[in-house]
Amino acid sequence: MNKTINQKAWYFVIPVFVLVAFNAAIPLMTVVNYSFQETFGNNVFAWEGTRWFKQILLSERFHASLGRQFAFTFIILLIQIPLGIAIALTMPKKGWGVPVCLILMSMPLLIPWNVVGAMWNIFALPDIGFLGHSLNAMGFDYNFTQQPGDAWFTTILMDVWHWTSLVVLLSYAGLNSIQPAYYQAAEIDGASRWATFRYIELPKMKKVLTLAILLRFMDSFMIYTEPFVLTGGGPGNTTAFLSIDLVKMALGQFDLGPAAAMSLIYFFIVLLVCWVFYNLMMKNEAQS
Amino acid sequence: MKKYKWLVPTLYIIFLMLPIYWLINMSFKTTTEIINTYSLWPQKFTTENYVKIFTDSTWYMGYINSITYTVFNTIISVAAALPAAYAFSRYKFLGDKHLFFWLLTNRMAPPAVFALPFFQFYSSVNLFDTHIAVALSHCLFNIPLAVWILEGFMSAVPKELDETAYVDGYSFGRFFFKIFVPTIAAGIGITMFFCFMFSWVELLLAKTLTATAAKPIAATMTRTASTSGYELGLLAAAGTLTIIPGAIVIYFVKNYIAKGFAMGRV
Repeated sequence: MNKTINQKAWYFVIPVFVLVAFNAAIPLMTVVNYSFQETFGNNVFAWEGTRWFKQILLSERFHASLGRQFAFTFIILLIQIPLGIAIALTMPKKGWGVPVCLILMSMPLLIPWNVVGAMWNIFALPDIGFLGHSLNAMGFDYNFTQQPGDAWFTTILMDVWHWTSLVVLLSYAGLNSIQPAYYQAAEIDGASRWATFRYIELPKMKKVLTLAILLRFMDSFMIYTEPFVLTGGGPGNTTAFLSIDLVKMALGQFDLGPAAAMSLIYFFIVLLVCWVFYNLMMKNEAQS
Repeated sequence: MKKYKWLVPTLYIIFLMLPIYWLINMSFKTTTEIINTYSLWPQKFTTENYVKIFTDSTWYMGYINSITYTVFNTIISVAAALPAAYAFSRYKFLGDKHLFFWLLTNRMAPPAVFALPFFQFYSSVNLFDTHIAVALSHCLFNIPLAVWILEGFMSAVPKELDETAYVDGYSFGRFFFKIFVPTIAAGIGITMFFCFMFSWVELLLAKTLTATAAKPIAATMTRTASTSGYELGLLAAAGTLTIIPGAIVIYFVKNYIAKGFAMGRV
């Protein structure tokens, strides 16, 4: 759409600008403030320069939680995106099945995150949970509160349970926007099922899939509540992702300086990845 | 192969429903039964967990608090986002692209980063432990989202609609509320759905900003779990009840969900 140049449009944006600035800029400045200083309580501060940043960037604890975070995000993207596409492809296109699928599949998205954690905790407990009990009955030695591997398995399964539906809904919407004429043309050309998917459906879903990856990246990178309730970051520190580690440092140990420095580094990483994605997305949009 | 296509979504839905069933199953058991026996359905069916929640004010007030700040937040977010989204979809202005990306960055900000500054900030303006504090703090991620979705819907409306209205002598205000808002009503519905959803499920900020008066149900659950031992039955019943508002909201917007996701670029 060709837009008119109108500087007065700023007046329309002012409420949003004020509300978000109030919520984002002021708190962010507090974080920046802490990140360069040492606090002694009672509002006594001392300038520390870049000491906290160096300390965090060189600390093994940060490297470890960052590594875990990237591993987690990578694994869930690898599972959720293909699985979401597969489910969207096999979902009914019309009839009573559509609302049933949509309603049931959206359910996990609307459950408070700590309830998701608590629910999976009860579900996976080795003695009284359905999942834990069944796995042990099948002969697996499964205990997510004791064994790191099981804790990872459960956390990933929980995230797949929680968020795959988002990818399904997005892909389904993308598929629905394809005109029937494309399929008819493919049929006339005698295209195989794979060819139809590869050359018609996938390109048409490019936009929603970029979006799905972007959203899943952002949200899984910030994940806090669900693993916190499920495993508490344990056993040991094996499932302490970035946010869990950060909250532990800021509110648990009250190490405000290092925690603030870590916040900024953390935020910067998310921003960087999202900026790259955002530009890719805008480029796609400009092309289509 | 085509014949067995329905298997994939069916299996997926069964996978989705299992943990939910387990939670509901637990909520009708007594805590002693949960701990001592493993059974696929309640042996001694009891509703005492639910009775406790509906008669104890610390429990049911949690629901009222959660719903209050969620509704506040939905109203604030959508009301502020409407004019802004209109500006982004119709006009070019100084810094528009940067502003749009800056808004989006706030959707990307990890709440864990903001928890402590928010606590200090809202305490210093005497808003700590109020519904409005939680509602305002959730604007951090809901306003960018609302602007993003609404902008998608508004851009789909041809600009000729605006121009025709002005030629017909409509003032901007009358055009906006009498013609434009009804045209994108579905989009507004979807936006409200997403604002409701993200405010309802968020806990970290809601928990940090409240103590007693505005404590959300989710926080009541975690605190009960840690103070009075592990009352699993009660926890399961409370958890089951948090699913209901979401289910009601989904039922109302079911026809728009898939469409809204795509159009609004959520």
